[in-house]
Amino acid sequence: MKLIFERGAEGRGLSLLPENDVPAYEIQSPKRAAAPRLPQVSETELSRHYTELEKQCFGVNDGFYPLGSCTMKYNPKVDEDAAALKGFTGIHPLQPEDTVQGCREVTDTLERYLCEITGMDAITLQPAAGAHGEFTGLLTIKAYHHAKNDPGRTKIIVPDSAHGTNPASAAMAGFQVVSIDSDENGCVDLDALRAAVGEDTAGLMLTNPNTVGLFDPNIAEITGIVHQAGGLCYYDGANLNAIAGVARPGDMGFDVVHLNLHKSFAAPHGGGGPGAGPVGCKEFLKEYLPKHMKAFYGNFLVAVKSLTYLLMLGREGVPEIGKNAVLNANYMKKKLSAAYDMAYDHTCMHEFVMTLSKLKKETGVSALDVAKGMIDHGIHPPTMYFPLIVDEALMIEPTETEPREVLDHACEVLLELAKKAETDPEYLHGAPHDRPIGRPDEVAAARKPVLRYSFGEK
Amino acid sequence: MTFPEELKYTASHEWVKMTGDGEALIGITDFAQDALGDIVFINLPEEGDEVTAGEAFADVESVKAVSDVFSPVTAKVVEVNTELQDAPEKINEDPYGSWMIRVTDITDTEEFLTAAQYQEIAKEEE
Amino acid sequence: MGSFIPNTKAEQEEMLKAAGFESFDELFADIPEDMRLKTPLDIPGGMSEMEAAGKMEEMAGKNKVFRTILRGAGAYDHYIPSIVKSITGKETFVTAYTPYQAEISQGILQSIFEYQTMMCELTGMDVSDASVYDGATAAAEALTMCRDRKRTVALVSATTDPKIIEVMKEYCFGSGCEIRVVPEKFGQTDKDKLREMLTDDVASFLVQQPNYYGLIEDAESLGEMVHEAKAKYIMSCNPVSLAILKTPGECGADVAVGEGQSLGMPLAYGGPYLGFMTATQKMMRQLPGRIIGETTDHDGRKAYVLTLQAREQHIRREKASSNICSNQALCAMTAAAYLSAVGADGFRKVAEQCVSKAHYLRDGLDEAGMMPTFGGEFFHEFVMTCPGGQKQVDTVLKALEEQDILGGLPLGSGRILWCATEKNTRAELDKAIGIVKEVLEGGASR
Repeated sequence: MKLIFERGAEGRGLSLLPENDVPAYEIQSPKRAAAPRLPQVSETELSRHYTELEKQCFGVNDGFYPLGSCTMKYNPKVDEDAAALKGFTGIHPLQPEDTVQGCREVTDTLERYLCEITGMDAITLQPAAGAHGEFTGLLTIKAYHHAKNDPGRTKIIVPDSAHGTNPASAAMAGFQVVSIDSDENGCVDLDALRAAVGEDTAGLMLTNPNTVGLFDPNIAEITGIVHQAGGLCYYDGANLNAIAGVARPGDMGFDVVHLNLHKSFAAPHGGGGPGAGPVGCKEFLKEYLPKHMKAFYGNFLVAVKSLTYLLMLGREGVPEIGKNAVLNANYMKKKLSAAYDMAYDHTCMHEFVMTLSKLKKETGVSALDVAKGMIDHGIHPPTMYFPLIVDEALMIEPTETEPREVLDHACEVLLELAKKAETDPEYLHGAPHDRPIGRPDEVAAARKPVLRYSFGEK
Repeated sequence: MTFPEELKYTASHEWVKMTGDGEALIGITDFAQDALGDIVFINLPEEGDEVTAGEAFADVESVKAVSDVFSPVTAKVVEVNTELQDAPEKINEDPYGSWMIRVTDITDTEEFLTAAQYQEIAKEEE
Repeated sequence: MGSFIPNTKAEQEEMLKAAGFESFDELFADIPEDMRLKTPLDIPGGMSEMEAAGKMEEMAGKNKVFRTILRGAGAYDHYIPSIVKSITGKETFVTAYTPYQAEISQGILQSIFEYQTMMCELTGMDVSDASVYDGATAAAEALTMCRDRKRTVALVSATTDPKIIEVMKEYCFGSGCEIRVVPEKFGQTDKDKLREMLTDDVASFLVQQPNYYGLIEDAESLGEMVHEAKAKYIMSCNPVSLAILKTPGECGADVAVGEGQSLGMPLAYGGPYLGFMTATQKMMRQLPGRIIGETTDHDGRKAYVLTLQAREQHIRREKASSNICSNQALCAMTAAAYLSAVGADGFRKVAEQCVSKAHYLRDGLDEAGMMPTFGGEFFHEFVMTCPGGQKQVDTVLKALEEQDILGGLPLGSGRILWCATEKNTRAELDKAIGIVKEVLEGGASR
């Protein structure tokens, strides 16, 4: 498909601005040598360009999106309407306090809801994404230990099954990362944890349900061990969808949490962002929350969307999230067990992990092949090769917003693909078949990076 | 997969070639490059840096992974094979010809393995 | 109560059975009994869509939307073409995930590749990432790009937006990097002080262009000084100014960052905005976050993919230089759509109108009795001092507010930071000038 730079012609454009109605002032300071080469297109061309691009994407509106750990639930349209209100979009962030009372009501109300849902005492909406929230939470932990005159607490314990942002955030906050092995059930190995904690422990980062989709039943003991050693417990809210309204991190012994509004609270992902990663903490940590994690207070419009969503769900609706997310996952897991090996054969929470290592050994068809095969059936692939502790992993998270028929169809497709792996592995190696492109050459992309258009130059 | 007799090896899949003048060349083994897959980038130390036996001195990237390269010796880097930075695929094509660093002033070494010993380890890991 | 769960209670029961469970309780058997919520959440009951929409409208109604905005300071009121909103409102763009599956994400991947190209064009740099959270976090990430084992001090000019400096400090509390603020002189970076402060432990120096006071810094000579000291040079730029001013590339910057909100994003009480980051080829691998690259598929067809991923947290984990995962992709697309809509010519016109209207406003306010605080050429923001001091600042701003005008930002000591954009008409500017004049004259006669 043509790039926008390859469309249009010299001199084309839109009619956007009136003539300048004040005397022209010409800048005397040094100027750029040449104008930036921006597109010269008419509105027709511009509009069609992006419509064509849109056709080569896959959103939640296009079909089932069982992307494990990403919680690709349906994004209600009323949330978008609320976020488009002029009374929100037209507000300068540095307006006088008495002219932004509506914005304050949005943030205060959302903070209150999120405190209650997580069992925390304070929430900051500053962080713009989950990883930003992790960083914020870890800086809180660091500030706390420093204030307690205990700066020797320099280590953050992270299970080997953790998402990459956990160790990366800990390192960014200046901590040393201590990775501990998971036990055979994918949960925290208590002996390994006991051996890891000490006077240098700043805290533990954990998702629960964990990244293999299981609720760690030893959670009270885990947070107890860390607290006993003088560390704090950080809850990565990536998987909150499983327990929303059913259980709360604050009641499990966690001191700090971050949430992903773009996962659990229905804000859309926007092709990779903007999201929002509010951070909550217990009362004793409130004063250590950083105050300046970005220029202004959070991704405000994302907060508007999630508040609209929560207003609708309310007290009765929130627990239905967790219950149905877990139900849908177990429903699919049961059906798929007929042909696929589960990494952990146990009641899962909102997602489950299959291991295709036997299939690969027997047929040569990998998790990647099966994932790409799903594309041919109009289904977005699950998360692949994560968590790292499971070989040939496919992680499926159906979410609560999918009707039963969709789950049934996805199961049929996956069972069919398992058969296809036996009969025609080559076909799956070549999947997807009906897309504008096949599998891209990522090696070439990384070895000789082409990161922008060349405008016909060498 | 080849394991040249004249080289020394480490259990962490590096090879060392003593060049006789108190200097050594260091790279990664055929087994290592095969396990990594297509190498797309290599981070190398700078000339004059000190490397320490058993510690990482470089890392190699494939599309979906990154691996540390550990130094088999404690020594000083006298030359870096910058050619690999522009053409990391050479490591895949010719692992024993693609030395990463040349070192001198060797004061300590890891326990080296012979080709036969290393081959055993490689076989186990496969 | 509202719900987005399609399956009816009866269907849920059937599914439970099919999955081998008697009850929902059984599904949650792993959660220790004493950790399960016994009482309903202490939040209000749910609402219908109509009620929720009404409630949000009510909240929006409690804010004041100013007809005229003469305030910038990091968030700018520019005209947003309708086509931009149409493009970024497209449902599939809005609801898609990060484009990890290239075969069904070419649209988003290509749009970001186009964005990267445009940001390179604006800044005159070689490479761009796919965005970070905002301009302030972009500046903070740039410090990390530049530091190494031996050089751990980051210098920043005192003329930088204080909000950006605060964010840099938070990030540096994490990384252990030390921030030193280079003093200002007459509203611009003090070059003599900078020269003194460029010791051999300094990793980088960051200057904002135009600076917080709207003044145009002598960016090229600052860059030369920084490079003489073998440190890295970071410029934090207002993208609209790049339509006219010498680019960071031309000024010798190693990294260029900035707040992209001006490129088609509404003020929205501070977010979501767009942090852009571009760098020289040499610094490519230090760039944080996602980067899109061009390649081919197995049939030789052109394709776009996320590339250089081994820099990132999901592969490098604790050794990654940044933890960023989700970014501001849809905002990056907004910027690309905006720049495509205005085009090179239109973009220059936007910038020229901003500059002309800011100068018209400055001259008018000068005549009305306010005093220019600094000399030096400014872009579309400038500082003026009230003759009657801080108390008069409040009176001026209040009088403007009563006439539906958001005046400049009070900076203390009687100073106000004003801003004009292409959106402000001459009539609006005249009106504001008239109100200020009235207040100042009234103040003088009192």
